[in-house]
Amino acid sequence: MNGDSGIAIDVKGLTKSFGGREVVHDLSMQVKRGSIYGFLGPNGSGKTTTIRILCGLLTPDSGEGTCLGYDILKDAEKIKRQVGYMTQRFSLYQDLSVRENLEFVARLYGLTDARGAARDMIKRLGLSGREEQLAGELSGGWKQRLALGACTLPNPKLLLLDEPTAGVDPKARRDFWNEIHALAADGLTVLVSTHYMDEAERCHEIAYIAYGHLLAHGTVEEVIAKSSLSTYTVTGEDLNELTATLTGKPGVDMVAPFGTSLHVSGRDVAALEASIAPWREKSSLHWQKSHPSLEDVFIELMGRSKDNFQ
Amino acid sequence: MSAADQPAPVHEIRERFGFLRRSYAMLIKEFIQLRRDRVSFAMIVMLPVMQLMLFGYAINTTPHNLPSAVLLQEDSDLARSILKALENTAYFRFIYEVHDVDDFDNLLKSGKVLFGVEIPRGFERAVRRGDRPALLVAADATDPVAASAAIGSLGMVVQTALKHDLYIGDPPEMPFEIRAHARYNPAAVSSLNIVPGLVGTILTMTMLIFTALSVTREVERGTMEALLSMPIRPVEVMFGKIIPYVLVGFIQAFLIISIGVFLFGVPVLGNLFLLALLSTLFITTNLSIGYTISTLVQNQLQAMQMSMMFFLPSILLSGFMFPFAGMPAWAQYLGEALPLTHYLRIVRAIMLKGAGMHNLHFDALALAALMLVAMTIAVTRFRRTLD
Repeated sequence: MNGDSGIAIDVKGLTKSFGGREVVHDLSMQVKRGSIYGFLGPNGSGKTTTIRILCGLLTPDSGEGTCLGYDILKDAEKIKRQVGYMTQRFSLYQDLSVRENLEFVARLYGLTDARGAARDMIKRLGLSGREEQLAGELSGGWKQRLALGACTLPNPKLLLLDEPTAGVDPKARRDFWNEIHALAADGLTVLVSTHYMDEAERCHEIAYIAYGHLLAHGTVEEVIAKSSLSTYTVTGEDLNELTATLTGKPGVDMVAPFGTSLHVSGRDVAALEASIAPWREKSSLHWQKSHPSLEDVFIELMGRSKDNFQ
Repeated sequence: MSAADQPAPVHEIRERFGFLRRSYAMLIKEFIQLRRDRVSFAMIVMLPVMQLMLFGYAINTTPHNLPSAVLLQEDSDLARSILKALENTAYFRFIYEVHDVDDFDNLLKSGKVLFGVEIPRGFERAVRRGDRPALLVAADATDPVAASAAIGSLGMVVQTALKHDLYIGDPPEMPFEIRAHARYNPAAVSSLNIVPGLVGTILTMTMLIFTALSVTREVERGTMEALLSMPIRPVEVMFGKIIPYVLVGFIQAFLIISIGVFLFGVPVLGNLFLLALLSTLFITTNLSIGYTISTLVQNQLQAMQMSMMFFLPSILLSGFMFPFAGMPAWAQYLGEALPLTHYLRIVRAIMLKGAGMHNLHFDALALAALMLVAMTIAVTRFRRTLD
C-alpha cells in the first residue's frame, strides 16, 4: 500500500457534468499529508462537487486518482472509513441529541466503546451540559462544532470540510480554525473550502477554482506572486468619482474600494501606469505602489475566468 | 479551546461483526427518532384502534330496520302475528304490503326493500293441520352481510315470538318451515371475516407508509449526504430501518387482534404462536415493500402516492372486499402478488378455522418470496452516491 507516501490526495483530470453542464473540468490537484489545503472559488464553481468526488459520493465522468492511497473509483468504501466529511448543510440528525448523534457515528464506524467515545468528544468540544440537547436546537456555531466533532470521532486521516464556517460568528470561526490547526498538527490532512480571505490565509496551501477550472494553486505568497498583478493603493478625496473614471481604462483590470482606500490593479504595468498618470499628480490623492491582496488576485482571476469560460 | 491543550483519547475501531454493528447503529437511531416523533408514535396506537372501532362498528352485521315488504296471500291472525313478531325485533321494518307476486319482485329488484316475506295462501290452516308449510323469505343479497345475518336471525325470532302466542300454544318444534332465498349472491360472506381482514388491511397501510417515507425523508432533510459518506452498506441501512417497525407492527397486530377478540368476539381457534409468527412475516414483507418504494421515488409526496397505488389494489384484489374466487383469472394472478391476499387466507384460516402450519405452507412461502424480492430490489436500487 502506498498509504505512507507524503501525498494524501492525488487526482488528475477530474471531470463531472450534471445535465450537460460541466461543473468540474479537467481538475488535477495534490494535497500533502498533514497540511491544511484551502479550496477557494465563487459560488457554483465546483468546490462541493470536487469534494464529493474525493469522498466517493459522486463518480467522476472521467479522471483518476487516489485519496489516502486508495483509488477514488474503486475503493470508495475504504476511503469512507478514513475520511471525515463535513457537509455544507448541517447533516446530522436534528431530532437526535448531541450525545445520540455522536454515539450513532461511533457505532457506525465500529468504535469499541461508542458511549465513551461520544462522552470524550462532548468534553473535547466543550459541549458538556448540552449533551441531551437536540442537535436541531443548537446555535449555528455549536452545530458546526458538533459536525466537526462527529467527523473527527472515528479518527480519520483526512478531513473534507465544505464551507464549514458559513454563517458562523467571528469568535466561533476563530475557535474553529484553532481546532483545525490543532488537528493538522496531529497529522491530519484537511481540505477546507471557504469564501473568506482571512481563512484562506490560514491555510498552508490554497487552490482557486472557478467555473470548474482550477486557476491557481500554491501557498498564498506563490499565488500572489504568480498573478503578476500590479496594484496601487489610492487614498484621498472623491474616490467614488475616481472609481468611475478609471474603470475600463486600458491596463486597469480592477478598481476595488477597501475601506477608505482604493485598490487599482492591472496585469500590464506599463498600460496601468499610463492610464493612471493624469491622476497621480493630483494633490488631493495619495498614490502608493503596493502588493495585491489575495482578494485582489482572486477577484481578478474570477473576472478573467468569466471572459474565458462563459 | 479544549482540543489544543488536552490530547484526544484514542478509541479503538473493531472490524469484526461490522454488519451487525452498523445495522444496530442504524436501528438505535431509528428507534430514537421514532420515539421523538410524537405524532407518529401516537399514530402507532391510535390508528389501528380507531380504524378497528370505526370499521368494526360501521360494518355492523346486526341488521337494523331493514326496509322490508310482505307479500300477503292470506290475511290470517297467524300471519299478522308473525309479521308483528318480526317487526318487534327491530331488524325489519315493513314498509310495503303487497298482494301480487310481480309487485313483490319489483320491490326487491328496484332496491326499495332489501327483504321480503311471503305468506302463502292457506298458511294458517296448514300450520294447524301440522303440515309444516313454507314461509318464503327473500333477501337482496347484493349486500350479503346484512342479508345473511337477517336470514340467520329469522328462525329464532319467529319461534320465540310464537312461543308466547297462546293461539298456537307451545309447539315442540317449528310449526312451519322457513325457506330462505338469498337472491343475487347466494354465497354470502361470513361476518366474522371482517375483523381478521381488518388486521391485514390496517397493517398493510401503516407498515407501508412508515418505511415508504424513510429514505426520502433522509434525502429531504439532507442527512443522506452524511450517511452515504460513512462506511455503511445499503443492506445495513435497510435492516436498521425495517427492524424497529417490525416491533411497531407487532404491537399493532396485537392491539387489533385483542380488540377483535374482546370487543367483537372473534375467536382465535388456531395456534396463537403461529398467528404471531406469520403476522411478523407479513409485517416484514410490507415494510420491505414500503422501503422499496422509498428507494424508487424522489420525494415524500411521490412516496405517499406510490403507497396508495399499492394499497388500493391490496384492498380490492386481495379478497378483503370481494370474494377472491369470484374474480377473473387475471385479477387473481394480480392478487397472488399482493401480500395481503396471502395474509388474509392465513389469518382467517388460523382465527376462524383453526388451521395449522401444514395448511398454510403455500401462503407463508409466498409471503417470504415477496419479501425477498422487495428487499433485493431495494438493495440494488439504493443509491450509494449522489449522482
